[in-house]
Amino acid sequence: MMDDHEPSVDDRSDSTAGAPSREVEPLQRRGFLERWLPHPWLSAVLILLWMALLNSFTAGGLVVGIVLGILIPIYTSNFWPERPMIRSPFRAVGFLLIVVFDVVVANIQVAYLILFRRPDQLRSRWIAVPLDLTSPEAITVLTGTITLTPGTVASDLSADGRTLLVHCLDVDNEAALVRQIKERYERRIKTIFP
Amino acid sequence: MDEPMNRYIEILIAFHIIVGAVFVFVGSFGLIKLPDLMSRLHGPSKATTLGVGGCLIASMIHFGSLEGRLSIQELLITFFLFITAPVTAHFVAKAYLHTEADPESDLPPPQGRYGWSTFVAFKATVEQDDQPADDENEV
Repeated sequence: MMDDHEPSVDDRSDSTAGAPSREVEPLQRRGFLERWLPHPWLSAVLILLWMALLNSFTAGGLVVGIVLGILIPIYTSNFWPERPMIRSPFRAVGFLLIVVFDVVVANIQVAYLILFRRPDQLRSRWIAVPLDLTSPEAITVLTGTITLTPGTVASDLSADGRTLLVHCLDVDNEAALVRQIKERYERRIKTIFP
Repeated sequence: MDEPMNRYIEILIAFHIIVGAVFVFVGSFGLIKLPDLMSRLHGPSKATTLGVGGCLIASMIHFGSLEGRLSIQELLITFFLFITAPVTAHFVAKAYLHTEADPESDLPPPQGRYGWSTFVAFKATVEQDDQPADDENEV
């Protein structure tokens, strides 16, 4: 499996050559801060999640949240030694708004198809979407977006990570759908992730 | 808060609950109506997102206005739902590909010379049996 992903991994390390080392290092050889706070953003998100789960602000809750936010990234950091990089958080927010809007439209479209279209008239089929994205995080985001939006479920990735298999509930023009996925979502995700 | 205001808020809450319930119903109805597994997958993975979303918005309005405290747990539920729904759909689709689909006749070919990852382990073993030396060089 891993061998087949070789090409995409190579591309990735080329494109981030200027970034600090993204090599896999054992925990013991990292610097002090990297060792105790391997994923600062993950820690922040965990603390926020914990406070939101409590649904009320208490000092004790905050202390437990901080302890969890420090311990969980340390214990899990050997599973994902690289820090996922986000180039532009503001663009990510804009992308999120577009996706939420599309999810609402998708729901109405799928509801219409389910209610008013005879099942044997649905033109459902598989299509292959060629990818420009190379980083695993970006492909994951694109996959989730495709599954949540109009009449499409992302089902499989090709072994070299360069094509996405998408199942469509009702598609008239395959090329137009591929173009829409690439221009509406992939282009924006490409500006968010390096 | 005065009475008529409360009534408008209650109407707003009821509206969101009804819209949500309608979408959950349509999503479940799709499970019965649609012909095969892959198209059935479209119903729950999407129609339900807006259905649950409507109910959660109603819940936020209720706690925010009528009981006067901000409730953010609903946002968390939405967040987890958005993360988990695609993963579940992906797993079900993979299981379907493994058991029902034929990669040669059912699926479009991917670009490049590697196959779809669900079937590639199978293909690699077949190729290895044919010409082991060549396969070594490629990998």
